[in-house]
Amino acid sequence: MSVSRVELAVPVVRETVLDNGLKVLVQEVHTASLASVWCWYKVGSKDEGPGLTGVSHWVEHMNFKGTRQIPRDQVKGIIEQFGGTWNGYTWIDQTTYLETASREAIDRMLFIEAERMSACLYEPDDCESERTVIISELKGGENDPEQVLDIDVTAAAFRVHPYKHPTIGWLSDVETMSRDDLYHHYQRYYVPNNATLVIVGDVDTDEVLRRVAHHFGSIPAGRTLQRVTAIEPPQPAERRVHFRKEGTTAYWRAAYHVPAVSDADFFPMLFIDAALSGASGLNLWSGHKVPTAQRSARLYRAVVDTGLASAVGGSLMPTQDPFLYYLWATVAEGQTLRAVEDVVLGEVDRIVREGMAEAELAKVRTQLRARFVYDADSVTDIAHQLGYFETIDRWQTYTELIPRLASVTLDQVNAAARRYLTVDNRTLGWFEPCR
Amino acid sequence: MPLNPLRRTLTNGIVVLAKETRTTPSVTILVGLRAGAYYDPDGREGTAALVARVLDRGTELRSASDIADELDGRGASLSVMAGRHQLTVTATCLSDDFAAIFPLVADVVRRPLFDAREVENRRSELRTAILQDEDDPGAVAVDMLMGRLYPAHRYGRRPRGTAQTVDAISREHLVEFHRTWFTPEGTTVVVVGDVDAELVVRASARAFESWNVTRFTEPSMQPVAQPTTRVAAIVPMMNKAQADIAYAVIGVRRADPDYYAGWVMNNALGQYALGGRLGDSIRERQGMAYYVYSNLDASVAEGPLMIRAGVAGPDVNRAVASIDHELTLVRDQGFTTKEIDESKRYLVGSIPRQLETDAGIAGFLLSAEFHALGIDYDERLPALIDTVTLDDANRVAYRLLDPARAAIVVAGPYRKPAEAVA
Repeated sequence: MSVSRVELAVPVVRETVLDNGLKVLVQEVHTASLASVWCWYKVGSKDEGPGLTGVSHWVEHMNFKGTRQIPRDQVKGIIEQFGGTWNGYTWIDQTTYLETASREAIDRMLFIEAERMSACLYEPDDCESERTVIISELKGGENDPEQVLDIDVTAAAFRVHPYKHPTIGWLSDVETMSRDDLYHHYQRYYVPNNATLVIVGDVDTDEVLRRVAHHFGSIPAGRTLQRVTAIEPPQPAERRVHFRKEGTTAYWRAAYHVPAVSDADFFPMLFIDAALSGASGLNLWSGHKVPTAQRSARLYRAVVDTGLASAVGGSLMPTQDPFLYYLWATVAEGQTLRAVEDVVLGEVDRIVREGMAEAELAKVRTQLRARFVYDADSVTDIAHQLGYFETIDRWQTYTELIPRLASVTLDQVNAAARRYLTVDNRTLGWFEPCR
Repeated sequence: MPLNPLRRTLTNGIVVLAKETRTTPSVTILVGLRAGAYYDPDGREGTAALVARVLDRGTELRSASDIADELDGRGASLSVMAGRHQLTVTATCLSDDFAAIFPLVADVVRRPLFDAREVENRRSELRTAILQDEDDPGAVAVDMLMGRLYPAHRYGRRPRGTAQTVDAISREHLVEFHRTWFTPEGTTVVVVGDVDAELVVRASARAFESWNVTRFTEPSMQPVAQPTTRVAAIVPMMNKAQADIAYAVIGVRRADPDYYAGWVMNNALGQYALGGRLGDSIRERQGMAYYVYSNLDASVAEGPLMIRAGVAGPDVNRAVASIDHELTLVRDQGFTTKEIDESKRYLVGSIPRQLETDAGIAGFLLSAEFHALGIDYDERLPALIDTVTLDDANRVAYRLLDPARAAIVVAGPYRKPAEAVA
């Protein structure tokens, strides 16, 4: 395999910081007449206090409801008239908004994001109407037993750190939060010195930076924000969550505490994940587009090829603070949670005891490199990846992925397996269906 | 820039479409075969779905383990999906690995073993997926809706089958399905990415041209009967937190002269911005649902125009009434010029975005070939959308959007009698 062609895919990025603290990242990509703009805020569900869980996500919804210069009835179609798409999402460390449209829309996209940063309306009637929409979103999630299990396993794994609560919030908080709670959250966090604007596509960097200065330059900086200081103490013993609920299918989970993206152990853990369940990439936005190559992975051979489970996988996403490495399995009809758990944990134990060999390390390194290419096949995805890594760490962590992956050694991988894949460090979850 | 793909027909009838792109050093390989769930024998629904799961689990030349090692060792992805009419084999690999992965894809298409142990494992997976669907109000509602809307048509059958029909499928049935429907006639090979187009044609000839199997029979397309009344059904799932509504009318064929008017009309009805008119009413004004949208499934025969919404149990009647109201309003008064112009502008403007990635281009080319839309379809498409008039959109809306002939299924925490939504 040629190394150079993959390495040519590494982006060239210009970083600029405006006087008000707004960081701007621009990458020119001229393969299509498109541009993608993402505006990232360093605020997610971990920044929410008691009684306010879900406020970041609700604020995200409210920020599509019109601004001082974009009245509510003009929101619809503002990007669609350029053939574009817009969206947003909130997770534990971040809230982000995007538009992808023809390059002619670049000024419109910047205008929308500048308005969103400083001029959203928060009309009381709109806040109330959106409360029921969010409750509908929350209830829709509760229809899915896997989501129910994931939320409880995550909550059980954390005692101290606010990563413990779901991004959508607890229902009682969503039912009782006020319009002013939302607006104060918006005012506090939606400031240029807490944001990163990413522009990728068929643009001229100098020209687009002039337009950025025009739209964002006059927005005043906000106060310095207090950050989460909670540190999750080492988990002292294995924890378990066991649902016995009406359903048709049994689902199994394990969650191990793992380091943040900035920790030297994060990258060795990516190799362990790939060896166990196949490399699934680092793109939270659209990483599912290309299915994971996993048929020779340890867990796939151990539980899917043997008929114990119909599906198995792992999830290790880069995060700002230490989060979780999840393993999951769907128990095949007629098989048991106990049998799946025994075999999966047996494989985890084996990788800890025996470690990986050089050949397996080389295989999963190739997989991880390929995912780096697949995860960035559009201007939207490239812009996502730059903004995502800048928000949780630094954007260079993304552009340096290939050399970082190349530098990981077998000793580092095997040491990480011994350090993190321990009995005490894990929370196990069972969803046992009752008819 | 027009796509202008290279199109060649091999001596056995296989059509090869190749398009070079240089966005990333990777390639998408997409093989489409006329072997979807439509071809499932009666009583063995789920055959195409099971074929899809077993197809790449060992061939005459490669064991399942060899295939797994070859793919995983290169970070390449391979998936097989059974759609309604087409079964597709999709591979994504780095461009340096194209020469190794392409023959593997051809091998999987031509020479699957259907090893007995693999068949049983994948049958178990499929049965588990069917069980998961039975616990999913959305899947339950859509499956039942299709049965009600197409009571005597193959479109009304479940693509994954049922536990009973999947159990009725033997290894020999899979072999027979493959022998009958996996033929060069009706097969399209699409390759998009960082690879020379002429090289793709040569590789296709090497891998596929010796394949000579005659397609003996082609089932005639069943006519779709228009419902004469409104039908409704309730599936109480009281352990669930939210109800899923599936509401559909018969739509148009892909080859229908009204297809483009239907496409634009559907965009205005249930897609534009956050769900078109339906989104304005049910999500934005009434705050009832996180999602509400409509989808026009124009296929070889008339697929459904389906509206979906997720709402709380107590809001089901109000949501169905709102859908009825919006459809009636459109039938009686039509859309506005502004609505149709906005949808047209959006649909034309979104074409470059759809054709940005290798996978997006490959899917577009396969669909265009399947429906015989022409090699230059991407160039003609903007004008086809642009020529739709307000009268066209309103005429097709009047033709399709009749609540009196709709099928409605509600699945979730809701026990009202069916008459409440009927």
